[in-house]
Amino acid sequence: CVSMLQLPLVVTAQVDVVLLLVSFLSLWTRLTQLGYPNAVVFDEVYYGQFVSLYMKRVFFIDDSGPPLGHMILALGAYLGGFDGNFVWNRIGAEYPSSVSVVGLRLLPAVCGSLCVPLVYLLTLELRFSHLAALGAAVLPIPISFFLTTSDDPSGLLPENSLIVQSRFMLLESVLIFFLLLAAFSYLRFHNAAPHSVFRFGWLLLSGASCAAAVGVKYMGVFSYLLLLGVASLHTWNLIGDRTVSHLSVCVQCVCRAVCLLVVPLLLYVFWFYVHLTLLHRSGPHDQLMSSAFQASLEGGLSRITQGQPLEVAYGSQVTLRSSASQPIPCWLHSHKVNYPIRYENGRGSSHQQQVTCYPFKDVNNWWIIKDPDRQDLVVSSPPRPVRHGDVIQLLHGMTSRFLNSHDVAAPMSPHSQEVSGYIDFNVSMPAQNLWRVDVLNREAESESWKTILSDVRLVHVNTSAVLKLSGVSLPDWGFRQLEVVAEKHFKSQSVGWTVEEHRYGTSQEQKEREAELHSPTHIDVDRKISFWAKFLELQWKMLTVKLEDSEHKYSSSPLEWVTMETNIAYWLHSSTNAQIHLIGNPVSWGVANLSLLAYQLLAAIYLLRRRRGFKDLPDGAWCQFVCLGCVCVGGWLVNFVPFLLMEKTLFLYHYLPALCYLHLLTPALLEHTHTHLLSRATHRRALCVCVTAVLVSVFLSYRTFCPLTYGSPELSANQLQGLKWRDSWDILYRRR
Amino acid sequence: MDEECITQWNKTGDTSTLRNRKIFPTSEKTLQTPSTLLSKDKNKKFSKDPPTRVLLMLVVGLSFSTRLYKITEPPHVCWDETHFGKMGSYYINRTFFFDVHPPLGKMLIGLAGYMTGYDGTFPFIKPGDKYKHHNYWGMRGFCAALGSCLPIFAYLIVLELSQSHSAALITAILLIFDTGFITISQYILLDPILMFFIMAAVLSMVKFNQQRCSPFAASWWLWLVLTGANLAGALGVKFVGLFVILLVGLNTVWDLWRLLGDLSLSLVEIAKHFLARVVGLILLPLFLYVTIFAIHFVVLNKSGPGDGFFSSAFQSRLIGNNLHNASMPEYLAYGSTITVKNLRIAGGYLHSHWHLYPEGVGARQQQVTAYLHKDYNNLWLVHRQDANESQSGTPDLVRHGDIIRLEHKETTRNLHGHLHEAPLTKKHFQVTGYGINGTGDTNDLWQVEVCGGQNGDLVKVLRSKVRFLHRATGCVLYSSGKTLPKWGWEQVEVTCSPYLKETPSSQWNIEDHINPKLPNISLSVLKPHFLEILLESHIVMIRGNSGLKPKDNEMNSKPWHWPINYQGLRFSGVNDTEYRVYLLGNPVVWWMNLASLGLYPIMVAVVSIAIQRGFSLKHSHVLMREGGLLLFGWLLHYAPFYTMGRVLYYHHYFPAMLFSSMLTGITFDILLKSTDLILRPPYSDRLQTLGQMVLLFSVLYSFYLFHPLSYGMTGPLAHEPGSTMAGLKWMDSWEF
Repeated sequence: CVSMLQLPLVVTAQVDVVLLLVSFLSLWTRLTQLGYPNAVVFDEVYYGQFVSLYMKRVFFIDDSGPPLGHMILALGAYLGGFDGNFVWNRIGAEYPSSVSVVGLRLLPAVCGSLCVPLVYLLTLELRFSHLAALGAAVLPIPISFFLTTSDDPSGLLPENSLIVQSRFMLLESVLIFFLLLAAFSYLRFHNAAPHSVFRFGWLLLSGASCAAAVGVKYMGVFSYLLLLGVASLHTWNLIGDRTVSHLSVCVQCVCRAVCLLVVPLLLYVFWFYVHLTLLHRSGPHDQLMSSAFQASLEGGLSRITQGQPLEVAYGSQVTLRSSASQPIPCWLHSHKVNYPIRYENGRGSSHQQQVTCYPFKDVNNWWIIKDPDRQDLVVSSPPRPVRHGDVIQLLHGMTSRFLNSHDVAAPMSPHSQEVSGYIDFNVSMPAQNLWRVDVLNREAESESWKTILSDVRLVHVNTSAVLKLSGVSLPDWGFRQLEVVAEKHFKSQSVGWTVEEHRYGTSQEQKEREAELHSPTHIDVDRKISFWAKFLELQWKMLTVKLEDSEHKYSSSPLEWVTMETNIAYWLHSSTNAQIHLIGNPVSWGVANLSLLAYQLLAAIYLLRRRRGFKDLPDGAWCQFVCLGCVCVGGWLVNFVPFLLMEKTLFLYHYLPALCYLHLLTPALLEHTHTHLLSRATHRRALCVCVTAVLVSVFLSYRTFCPLTYGSPELSANQLQGLKWRDSWDILYRRR
Repeated sequence: MDEECITQWNKTGDTSTLRNRKIFPTSEKTLQTPSTLLSKDKNKKFSKDPPTRVLLMLVVGLSFSTRLYKITEPPHVCWDETHFGKMGSYYINRTFFFDVHPPLGKMLIGLAGYMTGYDGTFPFIKPGDKYKHHNYWGMRGFCAALGSCLPIFAYLIVLELSQSHSAALITAILLIFDTGFITISQYILLDPILMFFIMAAVLSMVKFNQQRCSPFAASWWLWLVLTGANLAGALGVKFVGLFVILLVGLNTVWDLWRLLGDLSLSLVEIAKHFLARVVGLILLPLFLYVTIFAIHFVVLNKSGPGDGFFSSAFQSRLIGNNLHNASMPEYLAYGSTITVKNLRIAGGYLHSHWHLYPEGVGARQQQVTAYLHKDYNNLWLVHRQDANESQSGTPDLVRHGDIIRLEHKETTRNLHGHLHEAPLTKKHFQVTGYGINGTGDTNDLWQVEVCGGQNGDLVKVLRSKVRFLHRATGCVLYSSGKTLPKWGWEQVEVTCSPYLKETPSSQWNIEDHINPKLPNISLSVLKPHFLEILLESHIVMIRGNSGLKPKDNEMNSKPWHWPINYQGLRFSGVNDTEYRVYLLGNPVVWWMNLASLGLYPIMVAVVSIAIQRGFSLKHSHVLMREGGLLLFGWLLHYAPFYTMGRVLYYHHYFPAMLFSSMLTGITFDILLKSTDLILRPPYSDRLQTLGQMVLLFSVLYSFYLFHPLSYGMTGPLAHEPGSTMAGLKWMDSWEF
């Protein structure tokens, strides 16, 4: 603030020095002692298992986000020489010496460190237009530099929560990095000279970072939409510029659309392409996917299904898998036990043989497809394929009962019909065992029923009810297997069945057939599904698979984040009081909230006064002020408000991206105050003093919470108690 | 301002100028228009005003006759009549009840019934009950009369907005001949009443907007006050009325913003405008809304089914409630039988029952919950910690700081807490019922604390706020307000919270107090203030609303189903022998609306890009401004449903549908009028007339086809031959 009169040349040199200094400090705070603690910290236990699966090339599905973030973590692990042999089972478990802890944590930490210089550059970019508009004004430059140098890092650099989040194998820092990069490069594009060609390079970078941000976490979508909004506003102004020819406008619009819409979309798909290419072995989550998908993975189902006959024919022996993966994937099943005559609640049943859905491979999962008009149970030669619309009977292989349904209420879902293996008790309850085959994903009306590929609906001919998995477990008499019913008013999706294991039956006699059913299947044909089909299925599953959501000990509600009512204990030393917490720097947190309020207040006053014809700000400064609001307040809003509507379990770290935008706002607002609101030199000096005081207190509180950020040095119980600034914080002490 | 008013005047005075397009060639690239010369003689032909009065009478006549036709059919309770008819009866009988909606709609139903000679004796037990001699036609007729106003209001609104008779007529025809609107208007439901107020509010708002040239004139005030009154009405029927309040509010903000920018107005005048709106649109509706509740509480003064939802103080108002002029021992004593009520509004009674917590949820001990209804299982016995009460003489009184044991009367288990996670709120500890016949362990001990009291203070029944501190862990008995899953019978979770802040959730009061050894004293319970009752009933309603979760076998309707008319609602009758009424929109009308929702953004995009590039188009003002208002209204009444967690039904879409139909009127009208962009005048006019005729006849013919949906059908279902609806089941999901 004092050295105001300096040559522009010197000033330019200062920029780099400042940037370097900021980067250095940032790297230093984020990277020192990265290997400590040498133990699994908080969500590392969650992401770590996926990293291991990448190392082993085993397929998995994670509903928390698209695969890019996991892949970046895995890349770090790969470079660090991690082989995937570590059991991620609890927080606090020690890493063995064979695991390079620094390698696991390096990439997120570097991303987190780069956020700080990026914020610095972004701030410059936000006011760059303003500086340019003022021409060769020397005066504001040192001031702005004073403020940027001192304040920017004041936001991010000593923000304990961001440091904690960056130092471990977690995704938030990566997400924030890409978000900031996208905003920065877009503003670079916008501020660049209109005829330069390179500026579209920046736009492309912006689009790519958006795709990366969305690829790390779905949350990135909100920032992407904000960026699209700002970009379309700028494009709208371009369209309104009548000095530009129609052709030029068209070309520019197309270019922007390609860079910001097409490229991100393609890149997003590309992440999945890499993901699916890397993971080609079957694994623990296979069961969630369709049979066709599973068959494309090495090992697992493909080992069984390789070489099965493709077309289901009369006489085929098949297992039928429900295509609904809720609650768990299972196969149509029956066994030699009947429904109880009366259920617990007194309702009656048909007392015929139980038909259920069973989530394990079993010989009782085999069914034989029979032509109602013929008696034979073997496949004729040539085989007669079953086609869409054909009526069949399904014979249970081991018990020779026909799949049957009738107007009797199902055991657990009384609004649906019971499905049973038919036994004739001579009680004027005739067999109703005809089923019509509806191939749901057919391309032609005459399409045949194909193994694995066809999704088939079985419609009961007498009642036109549909065979479906109700999703309810039967009580003990049904061995806790899943209930299968026939429902007339079907609306849900869980009505499809897929033939998974399949072979042509060759034995007419029951005994031979049983032996045949016990023998494993095998023949050889190669079957593949396209990348697009796999991509769409995986994406759909990731969006729809919902794991049981329950409250976590450290989960919190969004409104608690603003005032930092909560914290998260990340790690506690196994024997001492050393611990790591996700706690923000309370002072900078408060300053950020204050600046948010101040901006809104200022904006309201300016708007009202402008409406009445008082222009407090020159047009350039006003534009800059609005732009600041769009990026910072808008960024905060889009990253915060959606959480208010979400019903999933939320944590404090979900707030960090929004917080970054707020920290971005603070220095810019101070500079605005300095240049536009305060006219007297004494006032300005007073502001400088205030800012310095705030900076010192930010730094002091950063130092105070350092032990909880880095996990060392260990504090005594009393000291820990002293750090409990709020009652609602959970800080752990050991009882001695 | 003046200029705007003049153009406004022209617009209303001379509709013919709107008829033909004029192009103002601002850019040289604009095409020359061929039609400007020919427009003169065309003007003559259409310069006569269409006979407004005749058209309006036609709309009124058609609207009333379609809605009142067969109003008494079927003569039994249909669908939700079972609720709203019953609640109407409650008003006639003055019995207190609880409903999730505000009272105005049901009060009006009750009033209508009372005026037409219904005596409130019909029980409305379930749909399908025959009315027999009871006078139900009055209530139905009242709803139908309000429902008949909807097309009329829509006609007037569109006429006011677009100044085009054809647009208004299209809207009116769409609404008059929509089977859905006819059906929903014909029964004792809240929806016609709600929609009546919504449309009346919008109409008054539009009329008020038209009065902007003569502010503070009598008509200006009239429309302002009417807007306010109708807003109160809409909100008084259902909380959905909030959306129209939002619409009017934003419109008002926009209007004030316009006035603020009008530099010819002084700030004083603007303040007058502002205050007038505050009075007319905030204070007046608020007053009316509160008045509705005041009437509600005055009328319903007898105890009824809704008592348990409310606090003890509230219940003491109701004649017949056990707290009305209650008398019981004044101070809590050992050996008494008590009920304990949580002080959080609608907090429920401390409750326990024989069922255990399921496996995996803390310890497998008996559940302790909070239950909203009065129940035998809410009774608890107060014991000393050492369990030996003095059997004779007057029992000792419980004092602040005493350590007690609460024994559940029915199951003889003690209220017990321990260091297990609570089922839902994982930060808290689990509370269970433990021990048998009063013998348990040290975890059954609770310290009584009177809020604001000192050691030795007595515990006043009903009036003291009491907290129960768990001796062993130091936590406090807490009701989290979260609903337990099915295993907990959807009662409210009770936990032990380690956070000791005094909140109503952790405070309880003693409601019933039975001890034969103590003298009963008549308690003049603090009568609650009216505002307290108001607040309490709102919180109870809101909680009740969000607690409406879909039942197991009930098909949950999704918001995306609605605009495509995917599935209706059965009002009456299921199988082919019954008299069936099915709430389903006229598919032609609904799909037209769907098309216009797609068409409108395209038209706006084309027009606004053209304007931005310097072309000028006629109708663009009506299309963008007035159409925008309607689209916004549609969005406000539709989009929020996507975020709602409660159970949704098809009929929730009808308010949005009103806006959609009005938008369709404007969109199709402008589309047809834009024929002169592609054809020369004589042909373009013919094309336009042809388009209007096709529209009219398709709506009329489809109404002829589908009218049995509203007016009732008997005989076989649609998928069987010989049905009146044969061949009309265009979608599989329609159930008629």
